[in-house]
Amino acid sequence: MAHMNQKKPPMGGMGPGPAHGGGPAEKPKDFKNTTKKLIKNYLANYKFAIAIVILFAVGSTIFSIVGPKILGNATTEVYTGIMSKLSGGAGINFEKIAEILLTLLALYLISASFSFIQGFVMTGVSQKITYRLRNDIARKINRMPMHYFDKKTHGEVLSIITNDIDTISQNLNQSITQIITSICTIIGILIMMFSISWLMTLISLFILPVAAFIVKVIVGKSQKYFQAQQEYLGHVNGQVEEIYGGHTIVKAFNGEKQALEEFEKANDTLYHSAWKSQFLSGLIHPVMNFVGNIGYVAVAILGGYLAVKGRITVGNIQSFIQYNKQFTQPINQIAQVSSMLQAMVAAAERVFIFLEEPEEVQTSDNKVSTKDLKGNITFDHVMFGYDDDKIIIHDFNAKVKDGQKIAIVGPTGAGKTTMVKLLMRFYDVNSGEILIDGHNIQDFDRGELRKMFGMVLQDTWLFGGTIKDNIKYGKPDATDNEVIEAAKAAHVHHFIKTLPKSYDMVIGEESSNISAGQKQLMTIARVILTDPKILILDEATSSIDTRTEQQIQSAMDNLMKGRTSFIIAHRLSTIRNADLILVMDHGDIVEQGTHDELLAKDGFYAKLYNSQFEECEDEIE
Amino acid sequence: MLGVALISMISAISIMFLSSRVAAMLGKTLRDKVFQKVMGFSGEEFSNFSTASLITRSTNDIQQIQMLITMLFRVVVYAPIMGIGGFIRVLANSNTSMAWIIGLAILCVIGIVLVLFIVAMPRFKKLQDFIDKLNLVSREILTGLPVIRAFHTEEKEEKRFEVANRDLMKNYVFVNRAMSMMMPALMFVMNSIMLLIIWVGGHNVDQGIIQVGDMMAFIQYTMQIVMSFLMISMISIMLPRAGVSAKRINEVLETKPRIVDKENPKKFDESKKGLVEFKNVSFRYPDADSECITDINFVAKPGETTAIIGSTGSGKSTIVNLIPRFYDVTGGELLIDGVNIKEVPQKELRSKIGFVPQKGMLFSGTIESNIKYGNPEISDEQMVKAARIAQAEEFINNKEEKYDAPISQGGTNVSGGQRQRLSIARAIAIDPEILVFDDSFSALDLKTDAALRAALAKETKNKTVIIVAQRISTILNADQIIVLEEGTMVGKGTHEELMKTCEAYREIALSQLSKEELE
Repeated sequence: MAHMNQKKPPMGGMGPGPAHGGGPAEKPKDFKNTTKKLIKNYLANYKFAIAIVILFAVGSTIFSIVGPKILGNATTEVYTGIMSKLSGGAGINFEKIAEILLTLLALYLISASFSFIQGFVMTGVSQKITYRLRNDIARKINRMPMHYFDKKTHGEVLSIITNDIDTISQNLNQSITQIITSICTIIGILIMMFSISWLMTLISLFILPVAAFIVKVIVGKSQKYFQAQQEYLGHVNGQVEEIYGGHTIVKAFNGEKQALEEFEKANDTLYHSAWKSQFLSGLIHPVMNFVGNIGYVAVAILGGYLAVKGRITVGNIQSFIQYNKQFTQPINQIAQVSSMLQAMVAAAERVFIFLEEPEEVQTSDNKVSTKDLKGNITFDHVMFGYDDDKIIIHDFNAKVKDGQKIAIVGPTGAGKTTMVKLLMRFYDVNSGEILIDGHNIQDFDRGELRKMFGMVLQDTWLFGGTIKDNIKYGKPDATDNEVIEAAKAAHVHHFIKTLPKSYDMVIGEESSNISAGQKQLMTIARVILTDPKILILDEATSSIDTRTEQQIQSAMDNLMKGRTSFIIAHRLSTIRNADLILVMDHGDIVEQGTHDELLAKDGFYAKLYNSQFEECEDEIE
Repeated sequence: MLGVALISMISAISIMFLSSRVAAMLGKTLRDKVFQKVMGFSGEEFSNFSTASLITRSTNDIQQIQMLITMLFRVVVYAPIMGIGGFIRVLANSNTSMAWIIGLAILCVIGIVLVLFIVAMPRFKKLQDFIDKLNLVSREILTGLPVIRAFHTEEKEEKRFEVANRDLMKNYVFVNRAMSMMMPALMFVMNSIMLLIIWVGGHNVDQGIIQVGDMMAFIQYTMQIVMSFLMISMISIMLPRAGVSAKRINEVLETKPRIVDKENPKKFDESKKGLVEFKNVSFRYPDADSECITDINFVAKPGETTAIIGSTGSGKSTIVNLIPRFYDVTGGELLIDGVNIKEVPQKELRSKIGFVPQKGMLFSGTIESNIKYGNPEISDEQMVKAARIAQAEEFINNKEEKYDAPISQGGTNVSGGQRQRLSIARAIAIDPEILVFDDSFSALDLKTDAALRAALAKETKNKTVIIVAQRISTILNADQIIVLEEGTMVGKGTHEELMKTCEAYREIALSQLSKEELE
């Protein structure tokens, strides 16, 4: 009955469709804020390391900038030497040149090691940050209300953990270093160029605004496609996940063609945004090169003129040209970095949006300990709906004494499972109260509250690990003997023994040679081991055949002894001996009592119970 | 010179245009190919690869390759041209006395790259495994949410994630650090080479072998050549990871699905429409030691209901999974409409079968798109009728958007019973000859179950119905009941017959219903 009013999940977590005609390109919605968060919550923890990175990056850049100027001196030395030789002088002063070259060698060595140290530290920082981000997301998943995941596909959440974090990791490493080195290089080169010739510098500076403008235009355009690309990547991956997950159905209904068509459509959109974003971002380099070349020509002409006039040395022209060439490089880089930053911030934004989703309150202010609680449960005028405007439990009242065996029955969608979810606080009631031994369940720690329950669901969940670890799941410190005892009680010991490696066999979601029923028995063993106060069996035995069920009935009875147990079942045979049967319909209890009482009443339950035989008569007619 | 620069820019842009299209196209084609291939996989291939791994192969691995190709085009197309151009200019220049310096430079570059390669390679190969592991753990956390919360094992799961995460991080740090060494080292080599040229060139100038201008030009060309080598070797660093990805994609592409259509398919025998015959059928999972079902013999006729019952693990589901050929029988033969199902096209075979799986599995979309999944051309009347038979009409009509109500991936936004009813409606909607219910009723309450079966009985007069069931009540009136125990048939007959003759059946029956109820 849940979520009738649900909206379609926003795909890829992105905002509304394309911008209105000619509007500004799509960017991270809040660049500033996201960046701030990234710096404050993550980068700030590595202040010292980042200071080192900055220091060494600056150092390395300075040394490599000074290089060409000194190298120019060496060239000048060769030039003047040979000139003097031609005019009968002493010739080239190799001692002086050697001195210059050795100085340079030292400079380059220092620059290289600085740059290495800088890269070494930065790699550590960026990887640690991504490591933390991933952990934060994993932790977040466990603190979010369940209904968040009703709206998001697993693929979408996975895409945040993998794709988005990867983008952050790759770009973080490079962008910070590159910003520092680029800015240093620009400043350094400017100083060097001015020191050689202010006139030539001014001329080459003319290209700056042109370059900046071109970069801005291209980056703005490409950004739009980058975002579209990320978004469609999410779509395509989501489809892959869904179709692979449901491949039996796809096959059974010959849905291959349809799936393929849909996939190809999304894939095609991805292709268009992918090549456009790549193309546009790739444009920057050649265009900037061209702009650089224009400046180059101007500098060469002017340099030649000045050299003829004797106002500049040959070596200095060489250095200047080298500097001038290097000058466009950092501008290129800054442009690249800015697109990297955009992609990174867009990814970070999605991560932060996820991390900032409202959480369940984990603890309570006036905390009550769950110790020594007996398990008396009262539902007091409970009202609940997954959406406020769709109430599915209207006014639920029931009193349960500790140790009782309570069965909840009713037609599909009557709200049976919802009751249990409320009890365990997977969801919170809209109004009314659920009390355990007189304490509102909202006064407990969520974790502690849930620990009181042992739950066996219809859908089994086993994680990728050994059978033993799976059974020990709720009680990691259990001994092997306890595990075996629990497995015996759940009547699965014998089966496990027949498996290769028995208890050490690795299983998981995918293990196909273990049937649903056997998996269910393992989850029962898992609960038996945790020895909970309150037991919930939500259609626990519907994938186990009745014979096996009867065989494990004694184990189940043992399990339920002394515990408050809730049993949700379709099979009325399993609940005949319940202390109290709650009959639900449309979110309310319509009848309650024992099996015999309810049959005698000849009401809803009796009809439900007899319905399994009705059909015999129908068919005979 | 400006003209040359302009031409150079235009050609660079053209290269960029072509290369980004080609790279994106390659990614797209690969994605399509892999997806198409996987569509043809049977359950067997899925469990061999594992679904999670297939997903990474179709997404991440392809992304890796696409990235490499983009880079490759950008750099590799330029680099050799630049390098060769540089060489030609150097060699064309009468004097080659300093050519050895270029050789030295190239050797140094290759040496450095090679060393890094050897150091980082093993870790590079492991990278993808760690990514897979992390993805697996993430998926498990997402799918096991209710269990994790119920056991309050959030911390434990976080630890598990952290371990996988840390492994990945450590590997990344190592690899990236090794890589961060490369640039400074290579720059140092380049700069040192420049110094060497000036030193040697200075002497040559002194001896009058070359001129200062030649020396300066030589520096430029050398840098150009070394640069191009540098770029090529940098790309080669990316190769191993992409190589691993390519291998993983190739594994998928090269897998031959076990179940393929025969080249000369046979036609169904019209006179035996709806007939399902199991002749000495046995089946074992690949690599399994023993047979899962052995020697199954029965005939399911149109207009009749055949029920299969037995304890957990007795092979009930396996039998019905053989009918739409999700797996191929390993012994005996399975005939539908009088033809061995290996002889007919899978598509035609499956269009005759309405299959309802154990777990109600829906796709994201709407209720309508799910019911009409088998054939989008199903009329609205037919859809509504199917929903009515499947007892889904009431809850659909309760929804505001009725048949347009959205369904999230896996159908998690409707209850288990509703999911199951929708998946039953989906099977009925295609109006199949054969309806197969793989234990599809246990998620339904008895009342719905009974109503559904009554409606079904009316609508399926001439259909073959095969039901796997847990509840005796579900199959009480079946024309034929097959009783399974550990993969073999221990009984066949009607309820009354089996009550008298089959001990296993009687036990099952008595475990569910009291004596009086049975009589």
